[in-house]
Amino acid sequence: MGWAIALHGGAGDIPLNIPVERRQPREAALRRIIEIGVSKLNAKFSPLDVVELVVRELENCPYFNAGKGSVLTTNGTVEMEACIMDGNTKRCGAVSGVTTVVNPISLARQIMEKTPHIYLAFDGAEAFAREQGLETMDKSHFITPENIERLKQAKEANRVQQDYTQPIKTEDQKEPPLPDGLSKLGTVGCVAVDNLGNLAAATSTGGLVNTMVGRIGDTPVIGAGTYANKFCAVSATGRGEAIIRETVARDVAAVMEYKGLSLKEAAAYIVHEVAPKGTTGLVAVSPTGEVAMPFNATGMFRACATEDGFSEIAIWHSE
Amino acid sequence: MPAGWAIAVHGGAGVDPNLPTERQEEAKQLLTRCLNLGIDALGSSASAIDVVELVRELESDPMFNSGRGSALTENGTVEMEASIMDGVGRRCGAVSGLTTVKNPVSLARLVMDKSPHSYLAFSGAEKFAKQMGVETVENDYFVTQDNVEMLKLAKEANSIVFDYRIPKGSNYESCGTLVESPIHMNGIPISIYAPETVGCVVVDRQGHCAAATSTGGLLNKRMGRIGDSPLIGAGTYACDLCAVSCTGEGEAIIRGTLAREVGAVMEYKGLGLQDAVDFVIKERLDEGKAGLIAVSKTGQVAYGFNCVGMFRGCATENGFMEVSIWD
Repeated sequence: MGWAIALHGGAGDIPLNIPVERRQPREAALRRIIEIGVSKLNAKFSPLDVVELVVRELENCPYFNAGKGSVLTTNGTVEMEACIMDGNTKRCGAVSGVTTVVNPISLARQIMEKTPHIYLAFDGAEAFAREQGLETMDKSHFITPENIERLKQAKEANRVQQDYTQPIKTEDQKEPPLPDGLSKLGTVGCVAVDNLGNLAAATSTGGLVNTMVGRIGDTPVIGAGTYANKFCAVSATGRGEAIIRETVARDVAAVMEYKGLSLKEAAAYIVHEVAPKGTTGLVAVSPTGEVAMPFNATGMFRACATEDGFSEIAIWHSE
Repeated sequence: MPAGWAIAVHGGAGVDPNLPTERQEEAKQLLTRCLNLGIDALGSSASAIDVVELVRELESDPMFNSGRGSALTENGTVEMEASIMDGVGRRCGAVSGLTTVKNPVSLARLVMDKSPHSYLAFSGAEKFAKQMGVETVENDYFVTQDNVEMLKLAKEANSIVFDYRIPKGSNYESCGTLVESPIHMNGIPISIYAPETVGCVVVDRQGHCAAATSTGGLLNKRMGRIGDSPLIGAGTYACDLCAVSCTGEGEAIIRGTLAREVGAVMEYKGLGLQDAVDFVIKERLDEGKAGLIAVSKTGQVAYGFNCVGMFRGCATENGFMEVSIWD
């Protein structure tokens, strides 16, 4: 036993030939941010505090699709969502439709701790953020040139969003990848456990590029993109509509509880046997400090570390 | 092998034990009328996903807290949400923050069938509604005098509970308030609480299950507050094995991922429907108060609730039918 932490910066069609100037800053960010998480766990911060502060770092980093660096809706705007959950109490907080709050994950935490509610969205969420004195910036703060370009490409490619209501049958049904395969990535997340077995999960996202305004994905839906109870903490990433339908995060814990699978077995089962191929990745930790980071897409930006000294930063499947 | 169709409907859990008999009768009549619509459709071999959309009837009638007759937000307006799920392929659709759409459950269905997404909210959902040409009305269409009165009483009785500057966990329940009844749901005295949500679950002759849930949400809620009803896995769920619609304290239902839990326990523990429902109500609600209705692919129907009353009814192909409120 001992603490463990895992984080992700999105799963999806990360091209193997990604140019080095796009790969390096992301790997460097993962390294920097996992070290922050590790140092906080060593300093005995609670897992709930750790997942929040790690996700804040990921939100502030413009290379991932959350906070600054969020992808754009079809209107060229940013609509962010986030969710946090405490494994011991199953208390949770979620937020959608955030446009000016610098750290949506912290807003989600405030909702969890300062209101009798779990989930606030759009104008109501923004109003609450202001009441709580959370940091806000003009909407332009979140928009990066990379994402303006992505939206342009998506519109030019006349990219009709994949019809998620039809089961995804085969790989060939997927549309040819955009020049920038990173455009499909969504979400950042972090899960952590301390050496007492306390678990927490947090997820944050800018959503999907070129979506309809007002589209909500899996991230703020408890049990879909985010979940924590006494069995594990999970943060998922990928195609939101599939993750919602499969109640991915909840099912990892359910399969551990009801079928007695280990964390690794449960996570692998949900990602490789249940979720449609190409749609899902997740990070998860167990009360005894195990880590799992399975994904069924080309790649997932991820990093993990455990108290006994193991650590990993990776993008694609290992050989 | 499927064993005939079954249908259940609900009009919300957490009912005032002092509800006048007249109101109880009206509620039962509405539930009966809805069941009969479902029974006719199912008898003609309609599919589950089409039949659960009869939640529209519950939305249009001002009796329950959904559509017209929705509980009011703190601002005296109506903000509605709904979701629908088809056990076949587990397709789903959900909406939140609706203010002009006459039948939220039908918009949720359109999100499922006609959009690339699963969940649309607020202005984006309203815009989609316009694109789809669904019927829209002014927000005050949904507001009833009863609910205006209830909001006033809720504000008087519970102003402290909703002061967001005060952290949860402070013992404000012990501050004197003007309530006679000690029973509360969601922090509101049961005498003025508007049982949240209406829903329907169906298994058709092919053994296919579907669920739908719709609500105006929590009385006196903060603008933008989303409850369990539009959240797949919390308020609504349908899969190969079963379909579930929940009602009650939304936050407890979300934390317990209640609707998915029934399915998960059947799938992973092999429990039958009623056992699964009983287990979930007993073990997954902590101090929360809620209820649910469920059907299984083998034609069973089940209810469970741990609070005072749930407006509900069910019918099965073999001729059984019942409508009830209390235990």
